[in-house]
Amino acid sequence: MTQVLERPVRPAAPTAAERTARRRAVLEWIAVHSLGVAAALFFVLPFVFVVLTSLMSDQQALTRDLIPRTWEWGNYAQVFDTPGFLTWWRNTLLYAGLGTVLTVVSSVPVAYALAKFRFRGRNLTLMLVVSMMMLPPQVVIIPMYLFWAKQLDLSGTLWPLIIPMAFGDAFSIFLLRQFLTTIPDEYLDAAKVDGCGELRTLLRVVLPMAKPGIAAVALFQFFYAWNDYFGPQIYASENPGAWTLSYGLESFKGAHHTDWNLTMAATVLVMAPVILVFFFAQKAFVEGVTLTGVKG
Amino acid sequence: MATHTLRAKRRRSALRTVAFLSPWLIGFGVFFAYPLVSTVYFSLMKYDGFGTPVFRGLDNWSYVFQDYPMFWPALRNTLWLVLVMVTCRVVFGLGVGLLITKIKTGVGVFRTLFYLPYLAPPVAATLAFVFLLNPGTGPVNSVLGDLGLPAPGWFTDPAWSKPALTALALWGVGDLMVIFMAALLDVPKEQYEAAELDGASAWKRFRYVTLPNISPIVMFAVVTGVIQTMQYYTQPLVAGKVASGVIGGSGQQFEPGYPDKSTLTLPQLVYNLGFQRFDYGSACVVALVLFALAMAFTALLMRRRGGLIQAGD
Repeated sequence: MTQVLERPVRPAAPTAAERTARRRAVLEWIAVHSLGVAAALFFVLPFVFVVLTSLMSDQQALTRDLIPRTWEWGNYAQVFDTPGFLTWWRNTLLYAGLGTVLTVVSSVPVAYALAKFRFRGRNLTLMLVVSMMMLPPQVVIIPMYLFWAKQLDLSGTLWPLIIPMAFGDAFSIFLLRQFLTTIPDEYLDAAKVDGCGELRTLLRVVLPMAKPGIAAVALFQFFYAWNDYFGPQIYASENPGAWTLSYGLESFKGAHHTDWNLTMAATVLVMAPVILVFFFAQKAFVEGVTLTGVKG
Repeated sequence: MATHTLRAKRRRSALRTVAFLSPWLIGFGVFFAYPLVSTVYFSLMKYDGFGTPVFRGLDNWSYVFQDYPMFWPALRNTLWLVLVMVTCRVVFGLGVGLLITKIKTGVGVFRTLFYLPYLAPPVAATLAFVFLLNPGTGPVNSVLGDLGLPAPGWFTDPAWSKPALTALALWGVGDLMVIFMAALLDVPKEQYEAAELDGASAWKRFRYVTLPNISPIVMFAVVTGVIQTMQYYTQPLVAGKVASGVIGGSGQQFEPGYPDKSTLTLPQLVYNLGFQRFDYGSACVVALVLFALAMAFTALLMRRRGGLIQAGD
């Protein structure tokens, strides 16, 4: 409406300066978006080539061709029929699923205490949490392996990877703590005035408000377990019945050393769930990355 | 009476704190403090997992530094990766972050596409890159060949294996992109407007407005990048294994570092010494070197004044 009314009042003819400014804006739009498309190709083409190869015949996958001559959807069925592949799926879901639940349950109270309680040694505790977060897992692997394998006789299983998650994960504690400090104290005080103890305050007031933070932690932990290669290599390598997808995928390549088509199909099947989960939970994920990175 | 209840209250609050912290307190003791002390102990022992450990003083240390043929190559590779891979990742991450803030049409789609590779599981992504960069028939060399460009051996050539790993790391730059994007959007708009009024060129605006504003985040990216490099394990090990073609079921036969020790990193030495050579003592020496390096950079991250992660208020 306003546009119609305003139309008669035509602006004066653009000056030369305005014209160059507009032309520059158009040129900048073109430059930026061409760069964007170029970058998008760099990020997407590897996926495209992997998927295309996964649909080739084994003969064609060894050639320089980029597009399948015949579309071999059966490759995927063949991967699922590989002995062990479904076991790896089950193990990965166990490791990632149970591990994530344990991590969240054990990390939330710790993060809450670090965010909202005042006690001596709080800063020291937080610094130790960050140190644990930055510690390469290989640093303590020798005593840990001896502990799990020799004392508890649990090598050849995933339990040495799952059980520790019941005792707080440093990264999750840190991320959750960052999130919980953003919740105003007034909400907690109000709950206490209403007669809630700390535990009730945490469960009734803080947890509902912390859902995005918990979602981010759960996602990160799920992906961590899904992607973990070192852990299963150390504890599960001796028993193929305990392998996870990430660990089994490599040996899949070993068993089908010239069948790049099947290896790429297996690769797609390991990547796909992560990407699907991401699409459903994009917001929580990106929020988590920013939280751990920027806000101090 | 008053002091009594006060003391009781204080004790209750201390108990409450301990109760909330208890999962982590146990975890800290069992999975951090105890194994760390134990690692120091084993670094002085000869032990292969059977029998009893025998005290050997600093023998393991001199073995690792003087006679173990993989230590110095691994350290040199780490230095290369810190200088080249971390720098490339930070510059590229900043570039992509800048690009995203300039894109006006379809920004959501671009952001998702740029971010996705970061999520690809490392083993899967590495397998994909070994295939894509496979010298004979891989798509990348096919395209390079069609363009008349030289086709390097990538993961099979000691001079090109680390650049190939760098390409893989650049593909997964999404984490840095998101962090830089958030930082760039936080730069006050008025500063850009003022600079524009002063007639500052795009480069000058970047140099004198953008960079000073985001420099803490650049530092954060560099330091965490260095720490991640200390932990760099899965990609170089899997790339070496797959490119060499030596993968047995258990992987015991493969000596990490293919080709010609060019993909060795420190964590792989812990694996090689401990789980392939069963020399737990020397493995612990490398573990302690790794620990010292990782903690030195973590301390940088936590320096109290101007630290990048503030430990609290």
